[in-house]
Amino acid sequence: MTSLPKARSRTISRLSMSPLVLAQVYRAFFQISFAIQLQYRASMIIWLLGIILRPVIYLVVWSTVARSTGGSVGGFTPEDFAAYYIIFMVVDHLTFTWIMWEYDYRIRMGDFSVMLLRPIHPVHGDIADNIAYKLLTLVILLPVVALLIWLFTPVFQMEWWAVLTFIPALGLSFLGRFLLGWTLAMLAFWTTRIAALNESFFVLELFFAGRLAPLAIMPVFLQSAANLLPFKWLVAFPVELLQGLLTPREALFGLGMQLFWLGIILVMMRLIWQAGIRRYAAFGG
Amino acid sequence: MPPLAGSMQVLRIIAISLRLSVLVELEYRANFFTQILQSILTLLVSLGGLYIVFTHTETLGGWLPAELVALVGIFTLMGGVIRVVIQPGMQQFMEDVRRGTLDFKLTKPADAQLLVSVQRFQIWQGIDIVIGLIILGVAAVQLGGVVGGWQALGFVIALLSGVAIVYSFWMILACISFWAVKVENILVIFQAMYQAGRWPITIYPLWLRSILTFLVPIAFAVTVPATAFVGRLDWPTLLGAIALAIVLLLAARLIWLVGIRQYSGASA
Repeated sequence: MTSLPKARSRTISRLSMSPLVLAQVYRAFFQISFAIQLQYRASMIIWLLGIILRPVIYLVVWSTVARSTGGSVGGFTPEDFAAYYIIFMVVDHLTFTWIMWEYDYRIRMGDFSVMLLRPIHPVHGDIADNIAYKLLTLVILLPVVALLIWLFTPVFQMEWWAVLTFIPALGLSFLGRFLLGWTLAMLAFWTTRIAALNESFFVLELFFAGRLAPLAIMPVFLQSAANLLPFKWLVAFPVELLQGLLTPREALFGLGMQLFWLGIILVMMRLIWQAGIRRYAAFGG
Repeated sequence: MPPLAGSMQVLRIIAISLRLSVLVELEYRANFFTQILQSILTLLVSLGGLYIVFTHTETLGGWLPAELVALVGIFTLMGGVIRVVIQPGMQQFMEDVRRGTLDFKLTKPADAQLLVSVQRFQIWQGIDIVIGLIILGVAAVQLGGVVGGWQALGFVIALLSGVAIVYSFWMILACISFWAVKVENILVIFQAMYQAGRWPITIYPLWLRSILTFLVPIAFAVTVPATAFVGRLDWPTLLGAIALAIVLLLAARLIWLVGIRQYSGASA
């Protein structure tokens, strides 16, 4: 294993680069990622299956509840649940990250040393990889969405302003979730038992991101807790926005909360990255 | 070999394999705590889901809360059985086929399918079996009522059929590795689908229910034993489960035998 010269590790820990250079770098990363991921078509489809199946399960559960209690739960009819979960599936797919499952392996196998030698922060390669995957799998996801719309007959009530606000909200969600996942992945510098951490993280998401049920029909104490955690703002918020459940005022507040959490995540990521990289270099040296 | 001596040998092989696995796993005691955390998380997801559903309704698709707790118990129990012995054995088996190390199993003087199936026990995952049994106990108390001998027998048979069906399913899929090299991914699909078993499959729409019954046998692994546990199982379903278990066990055996011939042909 190589030890990093001090000056070098300082340059790569910088996130900022000139936009033009960055764009070229991303183009190169995209090409690599496309080529690699096309080699793993089977794994790609399997991840996608999980992404599709999970919302369908909860959609069915809640539709059943709605039907057995006279047609609706907390104002949600089966058609509303269908709309909610189909939008949820798309938002979840476009913004989820698997990076925290990879870092442990990278650090243990030494792949990470190679990435550190590149004159660019490794997060860029991971972002490009994620986007490449999303673009590739969209080809499968869109027909699935069409199929689910046909099977579950959702009712969409979208307003033009909500659709417009949804676009930046989705972008912020992507960044927030990605960087949060990346920060979590950095914990692999300290522990080899990252799987248990990841699963705990996933359970938090299940309850507080609106995956188990739309937050509006959750018990009040869980709703209050959700307001204080990032998951609601990073996942449930764009879904509710696009479904037309929010007022313009709530939408603005939500965007503000997304920015707030993105800021916190960026600070956290920087601190953990710097501490982690020092520790890793110490291992190597 | 006389049948009694044969089954004694089977039990002895299982006991030896179990003892070796325990020795190995005791070296990794920290895994015990990781596994406890993971089991608790899984339980939190199952019971938390039930809790939120039942803040809104009295029954879900005809199932009372205590009955769904029993379902969660069987979901946890069966998941534990799969992760303790079925999954590790099958994964090792596929790996062995890929690397050619299956030869070592074939040369041993015992039935190779048995050796392959019980080669590894991940004992810490057994926590899920214990938790599953505890939940079942709690559900039984909540359900009250007197359990008749026939009902208990029906439940045990349904549960054993479920285990046999799931085992055969994994075995058949794992045998595909004799012909195609990269099939581990198929098993990941099973794990994703298994999550659907947390809820009674009767609530799913017909297309999904058919997939979960015939393509991936979640229905027989979880819902049917749970139905038996709460005392609603009818005889045709139970007989169907038994018949399917026998057919799949035979199919798995047949595919294994054909595959093993193919394998020795390829390596010679």
